[in-house]
Amino acid sequence: MAKYEKILLNNMEQPGYSGSLADYEQAGGYQALRTVLKDMQPDEVIEVVKKSGLRGRGGAGFPTGVKWGFIPKDHPGPKYLCCNADESEPGTFKDRQLMERDPHQMLEGMAVTCFAIGAQTAYIYIRGEFRLGAKILEQAIQEAYGAKYLGDNVLGSGLTINIFVHQGAGAYICGEETALLESLEGKRGLPRFKPPFPATHGLYQKPTVVNNVETMANIPHIINRGGEWFAAIGSPPKSCGTRVFCLSGHVKQPGNYEVPMGITFRELIYELGGGMRSDKPLKAFIPGGASAPFLTPEHLDVKMDFESVALAGSMLGSGGVTVMEEGTSMVWAALRLMEFFYHESCGKCTPCREGSSWLVQTLQRIWGKRGRPEDISILEELCGNIAGRTVCAFGEAEVAPILSTLRHWRGEYDALIREAQETMPRTKEIPVFTH
Amino acid sequence: MIFDRFTDEIKTIMSRYPVKRSALLPLLNLAQREEGFVSESAMREIAKILDLTPPQVFETVTFYTMFNLKPIGKFHLQVCKSLMCALVGSDDVVGWIQNKLGIGPGQTTPDKTFTLSVVECLGSCGTGPMMQVNDDYYEQLTEEKTGRVLDDLKRDGTSTLKTGPFMYPQPLAK
Repeated sequence: MAKYEKILLNNMEQPGYSGSLADYEQAGGYQALRTVLKDMQPDEVIEVVKKSGLRGRGGAGFPTGVKWGFIPKDHPGPKYLCCNADESEPGTFKDRQLMERDPHQMLEGMAVTCFAIGAQTAYIYIRGEFRLGAKILEQAIQEAYGAKYLGDNVLGSGLTINIFVHQGAGAYICGEETALLESLEGKRGLPRFKPPFPATHGLYQKPTVVNNVETMANIPHIINRGGEWFAAIGSPPKSCGTRVFCLSGHVKQPGNYEVPMGITFRELIYELGGGMRSDKPLKAFIPGGASAPFLTPEHLDVKMDFESVALAGSMLGSGGVTVMEEGTSMVWAALRLMEFFYHESCGKCTPCREGSSWLVQTLQRIWGKRGRPEDISILEELCGNIAGRTVCAFGEAEVAPILSTLRHWRGEYDALIREAQETMPRTKEIPVFTH
Repeated sequence: MIFDRFTDEIKTIMSRYPVKRSALLPLLNLAQREEGFVSESAMREIAKILDLTPPQVFETVTFYTMFNLKPIGKFHLQVCKSLMCALVGSDDVVGWIQNKLGIGPGQTTPDKTFTLSVVECLGSCGTGPMMQVNDDYYEQLTEEKTGRVLDDLKRDGTSTLKTGPFMYPQPLAK
């Protein structure tokens, strides 16, 4: 089904492509780096990326060129680029494929970015579990140094660009950009207050750009083919380019699918994904990873771009689309995600730290048929006191599953509580929470 | 001292960062690779190397889930339990391992070969249910495949069923 031109996944899908430097160069690799070093000024590169309309592919969707533009030009001292390869959002597995199958694509993107923002040192913060990905990246980096695409005097330009791989050690919160910087500095990955933003006070309090792997992978193509070319793809002007969406759950053909932004969920799930895995119809789906509110079959014709999904009451987020069939309990699904958020809460902010614990206990009681009628209002009150009252967006993320499942499938919660009320013994037993 | 054999590697690691403390996670990783877990003596040594206090090292270790503070089995079976894997049967995987090895989550086999844990999303949601064993991923697990992996690991120390560079779905042959 090669209906849509693939940009990021193009090389790796050619038969025999190994991701080696030789293969990448044969496919036209490192042309963009040559072009910017020979023919362009850093400001021009930033303008091209601004014109392309590229928005961050990690989940927040901030315009990339604008982010680069925030780096102070005349700042003395070092500037840094951090590539966020901490892919930990449940439902997302695109960066892993990009890193393991075509590492030079993102390395070239990082080199161009370093040139554009004036950084000499870049770190790839890769999650600790991606051991194979880290090994592949380190090999690719060695190849790039050997061919003078990295190091001192890159391609004879006199510029220095160094890229290092830095492995995490198991913490979802380190995908948040300021927590990533704290972790890179060797500390507990607790997010920082913003402002100040990493663009002015980032790694070691120096100007820093943090960009996702997929964002970096787009850069060589934008340089090679132009900002206008990229801006014409997808759903301009707000959602340009392609995205690699990650399909998972109860579909026949899960996996990574690169499509232009703006196709519908129906097309992704039923045409590309082969439809539901059994004769059970679709009951619910998550459009953008665990942090995105659940959507119903009514939303299947929503277009997959930032604005349309936001209007539908959710978010495009990381692009992880998870499909659930009829027969899946929405209370159970919310509980599974809540257990994830409770486990991954960094503990800095009281509403998130205490609230996630309370939420998961309450959900466990409801699911375990020990719920009480007042539990629903407890859930709602807790969620209202977490979202918007935390240092980072984890607070908003963790309440999304509960609030959206309550909104669309309130009956399931009520039914479980009713069942509990009818079957619970009439003793004053206090439920005990076990980890 | 456990790091005496690694002075060159440590120097290389520390040369990557302008601030010493940044080398903390790589050094802890090195310690765990060497001893199977992060021991108190390793933490004290690392503190000395990086000009930190031992509590500063310890507080960082406790934040990250991949560092083991106690020795575990030779093969750490980490089964993903997040929603996307749970939808396609990750709970069954835990059950299969429980039946075959007789251990539950958090437990180690008496011969110290296998430790079973349930962990959060490993970034393999399209090919679940799956597990990570030490450095390798084993995906699209069935009862038969899980059994074979465990047999391979016990017999050979490795298994050919581990996932290579990830691409899914595979492109159709042209």
